[in-house]
Amino acid sequence: MTTLHTRVLIIGAGATGAGLLRDLALRGVPALLIEQRDVNSGASGGNHGLLHSGARYVASDREAAEECREEGDILRRLAPQCIEDTGGLFVAVRGDDERYVADFPGLCAASSVPCRGLDLGTARVMEPALSPDLVAAFAVQDGAVDPFMLSLDNIAQALSLGNSMRRNLAARSMEVENGRIVRVLCRDITTGEDVRIEADLVLNAAGAWAARVASLAGARIGMLFSMGSLLITQDRIATRVINRLRRPSDADILVPGGTVSILGTTSIRVASPDGCRPSVTEADRIIDDARAMLPILDRTRYIRAYAGVRPLVSLGPAGDDRAVSRGFALVDHAADGLENFITITGGKLTTYRLMAEKAADLACAKLGVAAPCLTRTEPLPASTLGQWTEPGKGPRAWVDSRTEDDLVLCECEMVSRGVIDSIIDEAGAMRGRSMLKAIGMRSRVGKGPCQGGFCGQRVTGHLYDRGMVAGMQGLAELKTFTERRWRGFSPILWGVPLMQADLQEALYCGSMDLEFGPPPSTRDDDGACAPVAKEPA
Amino acid sequence: MKTYDVMVIGSGFAGMAASLFAAKRGLSVVQAGGTGGIDFSTGFIDLLAVHPVAEQRVWEDPFAALVALRRDLPLHPYAHVADDEIAAALEEFTGFLEENGLCYTGRPGRNTLALTSAGTVKPTYLLPCSAWGGVEALEAKAPTLLVDFHGLKGISARQIAEVRADWPGLRTARVRFPGMGGELYPEHMAWSMADQARRIELAEAVRPLLGDARFVGFPAIFGMTDTMAVVRHMEELLGRRVFEIPTLPPSIAGPRLRAAFDRGLPALGVRTYTQKLVSAAEVSGEMFHFTAGSGSTAVRIAARGAVLASGRFFGKGLKADRHAVREAVFDLPVRQPEKREDWHRAEFFDPRGHEINQSGLETDAALRPLGADGRPFHPRLHAAGAILAHQDWMRMKCGAGLAIATACKAVRELSQNL
Repeated sequence: MTTLHTRVLIIGAGATGAGLLRDLALRGVPALLIEQRDVNSGASGGNHGLLHSGARYVASDREAAEECREEGDILRRLAPQCIEDTGGLFVAVRGDDERYVADFPGLCAASSVPCRGLDLGTARVMEPALSPDLVAAFAVQDGAVDPFMLSLDNIAQALSLGNSMRRNLAARSMEVENGRIVRVLCRDITTGEDVRIEADLVLNAAGAWAARVASLAGARIGMLFSMGSLLITQDRIATRVINRLRRPSDADILVPGGTVSILGTTSIRVASPDGCRPSVTEADRIIDDARAMLPILDRTRYIRAYAGVRPLVSLGPAGDDRAVSRGFALVDHAADGLENFITITGGKLTTYRLMAEKAADLACAKLGVAAPCLTRTEPLPASTLGQWTEPGKGPRAWVDSRTEDDLVLCECEMVSRGVIDSIIDEAGAMRGRSMLKAIGMRSRVGKGPCQGGFCGQRVTGHLYDRGMVAGMQGLAELKTFTERRWRGFSPILWGVPLMQADLQEALYCGSMDLEFGPPPSTRDDDGACAPVAKEPA
Repeated sequence: MKTYDVMVIGSGFAGMAASLFAAKRGLSVVQAGGTGGIDFSTGFIDLLAVHPVAEQRVWEDPFAALVALRRDLPLHPYAHVADDEIAAALEEFTGFLEENGLCYTGRPGRNTLALTSAGTVKPTYLLPCSAWGGVEALEAKAPTLLVDFHGLKGISARQIAEVRADWPGLRTARVRFPGMGGELYPEHMAWSMADQARRIELAEAVRPLLGDARFVGFPAIFGMTDTMAVVRHMEELLGRRVFEIPTLPPSIAGPRLRAAFDRGLPALGVRTYTQKLVSAAEVSGEMFHFTAGSGSTAVRIAARGAVLASGRFFGKGLKADRHAVREAVFDLPVRQPEKREDWHRAEFFDPRGHEINQSGLETDAALRPLGADGRPFHPRLHAAGAILAHQDWMRMKCGAGLAIATACKAVRELSQNL
């Protein structure tokens, strides 16, 4: 069995885990990040990609509102490549709670969240898709963030500073001696290889899976799981983020993402973070609710749905009063008799950096490291790792640097063979063995209107050509990839998307008989939430 | 305005077949509507290979499968067409294609396993003759060279060889297609193969790679109109058996079929408006009036009978909004699951197939779609092909066969009523 040694082991490569890997790297602390599936496979990938101004929380959670405002400003300044600084609106329509509307500007002022009242005519000029039943509108500083680029850029800088990451490595048990975790036993879920990791300190950043990871060391965290579903529109409906001005509820926000908009979300309590997927009922509920704010949502075309599970921590006796905010939970497991174990979970994408900072501060205090946090002041460099998640980047690269022999493998999103090759080469060991899914996560492949029907097969052919897959593996991966896309595709199948699905089935089943043969490859798929992605087009 | 005997709505397999059969029976025929899935066809003519789909039972004898199908699924459209009528319809259909330059072959009463561009093999009934060498090579596991091209996406010879681990004698090579660079398209390549000089250049590029190969397979690019002449010339040049493998769309299988019909149907007197969708239909007394196309180029068509062969969602014969599926031309009642949640299954590749694939038009035994009162909507309106309910052509492997058989039946019933 391989044994790896590191100063700090971080479990979970969502935004927080990625942020931690970088934070520690900047402090000169060696760290290894392990992830059972792939970057942003949980809630970090399954959200709006909203950079909160804080205005959403001014009525319910002032502390969270202030954190969001401050962190939003930091990200705009230090990670501009990941942000589209769109600005946002809060709007109410006839029938919405008038008192909530009246209180809103005062509450914003109390949390120092910038907010400007708009006359309705101005609001409609700014966003022509708004309902004629508009009764109030305010401008705030919401924006859009690409969570995949954000996590990949964090990881890329950490790697460049000597820290490391392993994908597809799942923690399976922990050995505790004298109040310390001395060993974490992991398995590579694509190869079956067992790996032993010895670290001075273990940081649990597993998001919705944090309670499960904590339990490996015998620690208990009370967690609740709230599944939220979102819809992606074919076209960008609005320039800005548009929020419904009412108490947080279903379908009250539309976030632009490149050439699309993302609409959500629902909130359904689920028993486990595994196996979540959006449903037809939820898709309909979102549209039926949101069309009051934006009537066009009733007749627009949707590309797909996706879902994520929010980790909510209930800080009972096992919790820790050092939880810095109701927004996120930082748990020092010294209280459970585990001196070198810390959990950081909950929170929001917007506050990922702060969460990493607080967790790293506690880790450094335990390790006796005096180096201060630098992520509040150091810019996050744009990386080649994160670049291909950006809509428009693939087409530009193809136009700018294409050679005669480069081919566009994904026509919906204009991803060329050269881009696929560079992703394969850049991803290195992070790629793991599940090729097609890893490429899908790191690029726009499969995210356009065909939802992988054509590009999935072409990329598969290319992977065979390059010898990256052999035997039936490529076909099995193509089936896995297709099933993953299907989770988000099946809830929105009417109109043109249904025609698209009809064609895809005609090709895959009618022409190629792919329903026969190897089952979808499930070795790196525990049935949990799809790596849903913000999926801006 | 001229009054036709038959208006055929749709230009896919079923529509083409209906026009052909009607014209051959002396009826005056007009045809309009989208080409539907034919552009995405592999060119294979499936009859029936899988039943029951949930068990994924594959049949070698499609006529034995038909017996079981009619017994188990009495509402399947095949239940309305007799075996001898199916066999005769297929023969008439492929005979017509042959007259127009497209040769088909197969084994009477037997399905054949054909090689696909994914490397899988699928059971089908009739294949383009240009693909037949691949069947023989596969069956014999003969030493074979698979060639693909720099710049042609949608087919990887290496993928096929990797997937076909049961065929160790399969080797692959990638060559440059003579006279073209960059991204290649099968249709351009096919047209350029009309030039004998191009074939000689291609053969020269491949000859040094032949080794012990007895067969040489290529992506389907061997000409648009006289494929077998190209195949025979390549065989002569290489001294080996040569075959084609249909590529992913945009492939040339569809354009070849369309080209054959574009030549053959007008020669039979069929008036065709293939790019015009039927946008309106009225029934007044004994007559149908249709509008095909839209705007200033719209045409009005009068007919005494009609065959609705407009396909499913991709062909635009069926339309769905968030709440229901509708039939696009007459707004005929569509059999369908009650709620959208029940349209599709959780897994795309669920062997049982998706419920929505069983939706479509219900008919009487003469393939006349039923109206809201459960009786035929019109005595001379018949339906054919994929728009019919109670079948899943993709999982059952019965697409083209069902289209051709039901078109034949619909035309025969209609002609008796005119």
